[in-house]
Amino acid sequence: MGETVAPAVAVQKQRRQLDRAVVRFAGDSGDGMQVTGEQFTIEAAWAGADLATLPNFPAEIRAPAGTLFGVSSFQLQFGSCRIYTPGDRLDCLVAMNPAALKVHVGDLKEGGLLIVNTDTFEKKNLDRAGYPANPLDDPALAQRYRLHKVGITRLTMEALEGLPLNIREKERCKNFFALGLVSWIYTRPIEPTLSWIAKRFGKSETLADANIRALKAGFHFGETAELFTECYGIEPAEMAPGLYRSMTGNRALAWGLLAAAERTKLSVVYGAYPITPASDILHELSHYKRFRIRTMQAEDEIAAVGAVIGAAFGGAIGVCATSGPGMALKAEGINLAVMAELPIVVFDIQRGGPSTGLPTKTEQADLLQALYGRNSESPVVVLAPMTPGDCFFIAYEAIRIAVKYMVPVIVLSDGFLANGAEPWLIPDPKTLPDIPVNFRTDPAGFFPYVRDEATLARPWVRPGTPGLEHRIGGLEKEHITGNVSYDAENHDLMVRLRAEKVRRVAQEIPPTTVYGPAMGDLLVVGWGSSYGTITAAVEAAQQEGKPVASLHLRYMNPLPPDLGQILRQYRRILVPEVNSGQLVRVIRAEYLVDAVGFNRVRGLPLQTQEVREAIDQMLEDKQMLEDKR
Amino acid sequence: MSDPAGVAEAPRNYTKKDFESDQDVRWCPGCGDYAILSAAQKMMPDLGIPREDIVFISGIGCSSRFPYYMNTYGFHTIHGRAPAIATGLRLARPDLKVFVVTGDGDGLSIGGNHLLHVIRRNVNVTVLLFNNKVYGLTKGQYSPTSELGKVTKSTPMGSADRPVSPCAFALGAGATFVARTVDRNIAHMEETIKRAARHHGAGFVEILQNCNVYNDLAWNILYDRESKITHELKLEHGKPLLFGPVDDRHGLVLEGAKPRVVKVREVPESTLWVHDETDPWKAHILAQLAEPDFPIPIGVLQRVEGPVYEELLLEQERKAIADRGPGDLAALLVSGDTWRIG
Repeated sequence: MGETVAPAVAVQKQRRQLDRAVVRFAGDSGDGMQVTGEQFTIEAAWAGADLATLPNFPAEIRAPAGTLFGVSSFQLQFGSCRIYTPGDRLDCLVAMNPAALKVHVGDLKEGGLLIVNTDTFEKKNLDRAGYPANPLDDPALAQRYRLHKVGITRLTMEALEGLPLNIREKERCKNFFALGLVSWIYTRPIEPTLSWIAKRFGKSETLADANIRALKAGFHFGETAELFTECYGIEPAEMAPGLYRSMTGNRALAWGLLAAAERTKLSVVYGAYPITPASDILHELSHYKRFRIRTMQAEDEIAAVGAVIGAAFGGAIGVCATSGPGMALKAEGINLAVMAELPIVVFDIQRGGPSTGLPTKTEQADLLQALYGRNSESPVVVLAPMTPGDCFFIAYEAIRIAVKYMVPVIVLSDGFLANGAEPWLIPDPKTLPDIPVNFRTDPAGFFPYVRDEATLARPWVRPGTPGLEHRIGGLEKEHITGNVSYDAENHDLMVRLRAEKVRRVAQEIPPTTVYGPAMGDLLVVGWGSSYGTITAAVEAAQQEGKPVASLHLRYMNPLPPDLGQILRQYRRILVPEVNSGQLVRVIRAEYLVDAVGFNRVRGLPLQTQEVREAIDQMLEDKQMLEDKR
Repeated sequence: MSDPAGVAEAPRNYTKKDFESDQDVRWCPGCGDYAILSAAQKMMPDLGIPREDIVFISGIGCSSRFPYYMNTYGFHTIHGRAPAIATGLRLARPDLKVFVVTGDGDGLSIGGNHLLHVIRRNVNVTVLLFNNKVYGLTKGQYSPTSELGKVTKSTPMGSADRPVSPCAFALGAGATFVARTVDRNIAHMEETIKRAARHHGAGFVEILQNCNVYNDLAWNILYDRESKITHELKLEHGKPLLFGPVDDRHGLVLEGAKPRVVKVREVPESTLWVHDETDPWKAHILAQLAEPDFPIPIGVLQRVEGPVYEELLLEQERKAIADRGPGDLAALLVSGDTWRIG
């Protein structure tokens, strides 16, 4: 980390320049850690930093206070350089109670900044966290970290003295004291948070005032308390010029649908059954009725996909979102859309499994389910966004392909992308590709399964079109006429046609970008949300002169047509994934290359450092490289 | 939004033939479905809806082959899910007249949940549930409407689960229109389906239907000329509930909430239960009437008005657009917290 000492402008204390920092706020799930982290994210972004975030919270809504499993945290990395991940090890940890300290202190770098709210370190909370004695009394803690013991609760109460609020209401403002303090430490502007508070608590002047006071008290505490001898500055990152906003993956998926609705002038029927971590897409879309987004909270996952299929049959855009368990339930419905060749889009916001698994944690383990998890030969298009902001373009692309090819499209996002945020360069909607929608109206030569020569798409007919009355369904169709057919050769032909139609989507895929040398010892292949981690790890290895390149897949089925050719340019191929080895299996099967997986399935994104080590290990295996020469 | 069910006059002079598709009908010879198909095709011209604006959606089972034989738009979907698919279609296309064709297995077993919700939401669809008290397409297992102790292929010692009454189920789900008809009474069937189709909201019709292969004459009590007289209770709005031979008419009276069969000549006429389709309390009692203590009610059990799901949702959409104008993505993208770099 490059550090230069510069005189602080606004304060008398020294300000050291950093190029990046990793900060984590941790506390009880009722302590408002998510809001704190989100606000700090906005502050960091306003000051021009690049960043990536990692919210991490328990599945329980209000887990018992003080318990280890009730700890909620929000981590972000921000910097003046390109930031690809929320970071591995922490530069700063804010622990609002003993449980948060216990769960997270192991991730703090030696010598890192440790801010604890001492007011919560009392017997009851220590017992709940399983501390036999107060860890703050252990001198080892202060030796290992730069420990700052702050009575955050008490100082907040003092700052709010005289306000007509009860003790509980005042105490709830303590997260903003912590935010103010950290904002001062990292020289982040509190203005965006002030305006957020004004908006959020607009109806209660007292609550707005209380939170503003707590925020400012925290900020001033950093400035004046002798505890802190220095603060840190981070220069704006060099980012593409333009207007930015903070974007999460779930919101980006929702907005991508709005873009498609606006462009096609079609209404979108969005069917959903609430499921973590996909529900926020439903919440978000339900606000956009003006875009003719018709959200339906269905009775179950099956009804959600059913409604969407019905909508697509009616000539609307049908979209639903779910997570792994819901995908399992939707399998039959998706297959109906495969057989009926109707354009639907299914977002799978992957989470830890199997079964209910880890509802609030991330995973990339639904790839094989998306590709193969339905009965019989069931080809669908599968796409995967790389970053939260990319979700916008992937959602739009999913609809474009679904409509053009009359095919179901599955989008594999995950919990990390869904809730993670990044600074997002706001696109000009006019630059989005066109989505031509051609409903068939001409009865001359019409059959439900007559196909477009280029795409093999069958015609999309809106019921209500005279002369085109026809019946479709889940039974096998006769080629062209669409009549029910049990004929052996016809079935074989239709199986091939459905597969070929999906294969032809490959003509939509732009040439694959390779980061690094176009041939050599090692290629790292990734997909989905591990883009940041892999890129950071590969860049770091490249800076050390290591002969490594990377590429990242957004089109999972069909795969890019140039992929096989690229893979053959490297002696070894490493595929890091948050699963037990799914893409690596597909690559080995498709291209007969000796790809090797790097797999960790912890409910968390991969860490940059461990991918670095895996890269080094592959490169160090000289014998293996030699054998491949 | 135009509601096709409300259109009074036929824009084209359709005949039954206009609603017959070119597909060979593949039900077993003698199946009750033929009569239902014929009645549906016959009554269609009376609805006065352009053929292209009509969609039949079905699930899986013998009954669910129905859409192939109607010369309208049709979608033969997956087991039990037709109500969900129909709901999505109505949400996308409130201008279409949508029928759901289902059976006792499709609608009340695998699709029970969806049937519940399409009725509860009062989606503007007409649900025709063919009830033959057996699984036909899977070759003869008992169904959720089979009587307790039913001996079938899968229950050689008799079924151990009690049957559900489709009409009681529909009423329990909050149906606004519930009716029952019989496949061997074409005129009644036509009239009943027509009334259901014209209902504003979910129109539910249980059609007692014969599976002559796996459960022949399950409804014989209503087929046999003799037994029909004493077991069929024809419901007519505003008229007393009467059944039995002309020389020995029986009727129903209500003692509190409890129905009782009486001989008409033994009670004052004013005490007889007069059918009121708009009385939801009494509809629940009618739905419970069953053999052997009571005759089987045929006709419209209940017809009330209720808010229609997709209309409420689309009204919200209209209001949102009226209040704030149509969506504008470019404006949305730059709304809220943004910052400029460079």
